[in-house]
Amino acid sequence: MAEAGRLTAQAPRAAWLRPVTWLRIAIIVAVLGTWELVAASGLLYRDVVPSLAAIAVALYRTLSDPAFYLHLGTTFYEIGLALLIGGASGLAAGLALGASRLLARAYEAYLYYLGPTPKIIFFPVMIMWFGVGAGSKIAMGAISCFFPIALSVAAGMREIDPVLIRVGASFRANPWQMVTKIYLPAMRHPVINGLRIGLGVALIGTLLAETKLSNRGIGFLVIQAYSLFNMPQMYALLIVLFVIAIGLNALIGRFGGLDNIKQL
Amino acid sequence: MSKSAAVAQSRWLPAVLGLGSIGVAIAAIEGLIRAGLINRFIVPMPSEIFLAFPRIVSEENVLSRFLLTISEAFAASILVAVFGIIGGVVLYQHKLLRQATETWVAAVAAAPLVLIYPLYLVIFGRSATTIVMMGFTAGVAPTVLKTLEGLSGTRRVLINVGRSFKLTSAQQFWKVLFPSALPTIFVGLRLGLIFALINIVGVEFLINFGGLGQLINELSERYDLAGTYAAICFVVLVSICVFVLMERLERWLRPVG
Repeated sequence: MAEAGRLTAQAPRAAWLRPVTWLRIAIIVAVLGTWELVAASGLLYRDVVPSLAAIAVALYRTLSDPAFYLHLGTTFYEIGLALLIGGASGLAAGLALGASRLLARAYEAYLYYLGPTPKIIFFPVMIMWFGVGAGSKIAMGAISCFFPIALSVAAGMREIDPVLIRVGASFRANPWQMVTKIYLPAMRHPVINGLRIGLGVALIGTLLAETKLSNRGIGFLVIQAYSLFNMPQMYALLIVLFVIAIGLNALIGRFGGLDNIKQL
Repeated sequence: MSKSAAVAQSRWLPAVLGLGSIGVAIAAIEGLIRAGLINRFIVPMPSEIFLAFPRIVSEENVLSRFLLTISEAFAASILVAVFGIIGGVVLYQHKLLRQATETWVAAVAAAPLVLIYPLYLVIFGRSATTIVMMGFTAGVAPTVLKTLEGLSGTRRVLINVGRSFKLTSAQQFWKVLFPSALPTIFVGLRLGLIFALINIVGVEFLINFGGLGQLINELSERYDLAGTYAAICFVVLVSICVFVLMERLERWLRPVG
């Protein structure tokens, strides 16, 4: 029986031949087909669902417009600085909370419950503090990413193997050496996971602030497309935004080695 | 036990330290503003913010705004629960569909969906429907994923017991799979409802329509500094109360052991 089984065993099918691949293609074709039918039927208001060709043309025009890259640069600059400021302060707060049980019990609950509140409501305060320019958007992004990074670092620090901490102490490492040689390498995965979540929320905070009050950035372009009722451009910008957000998320995960975490 | 460990394990000290340091920070800000070191036209005095609370409650119809936000959140929650749980069950029952779409659902859950609010404004207009649909869109994907996780995590032995009793597919689902997955489904519902609430208040603020989010926007546009800060504090307190309530509810519903 075993011999017969071995003789009849087939080589694994190529990826494109698998039923899953075919189902995925069928779903994509069905969605795009339905979209095109709705666009052609005029069932919804004119231009609310533009044709795929119109969206493709808008996407091409957007990506070939030099002004788009200036706006993209502004958004990247704001998100980058927000992540730097919010990430550094979140890391410092997380290390302090993770290192001290007293501080964790005194303050971590505040961070835990403030973390999921809608940060965009702080935007009027940020405008008063930092003005209507890039400063208020950077502050929004920084506030947004501070909480997940601080909580993730604090939780990661508590998971560190005590043996590693005792090794550092036995070598008489100073606090800076403990942070750079023991804590950070030992909790690489929680830190990167926190950064990944932080990047996502910093992106949302910054872009929402741009849609509310700005004259540059991708968020501004989206709200401008809404004001001008330029639906194909709005869809094109949203596609670009989602590709950037999901791509950056995957990139941090891959370079941070999150894909290689061994499940023990 | 060392002295530092005893201090950390004390029941009251951490709470006193936490609340005390917040009180000290508030008093310091009050003092700095009164001394003219912080501009009072940028940061109002904490005492003014405290006094603004009764004013915004009586003059700005806070109760009706609160009820409006809660009713929007409730409508979004019903949609999230119905479509999220049904979506998870459908993906569990159709293995091929699950293999084909699970990564897509995960990508949607991680995507910054709130950014599509201008699109919803075009489709649904500047109305409560936009706000509810935004909450639903943000909350449905995590609920689908957690429902799927809960059903997939049902112990093999429980499924085999159901089979040995020759349960029908419907009986197997209602008597074995669903009760076993319920704790994880509640985790998903809690996540979904939190995402929905965050997006509802955020979109209310952004489109200047609806309940508590709109209140903050209106007060800031009137340059009512103390009122704006008080309204923000109120929304933060409401959010915290809702999260604590949901956490308690989840713990209460979770089966013991």
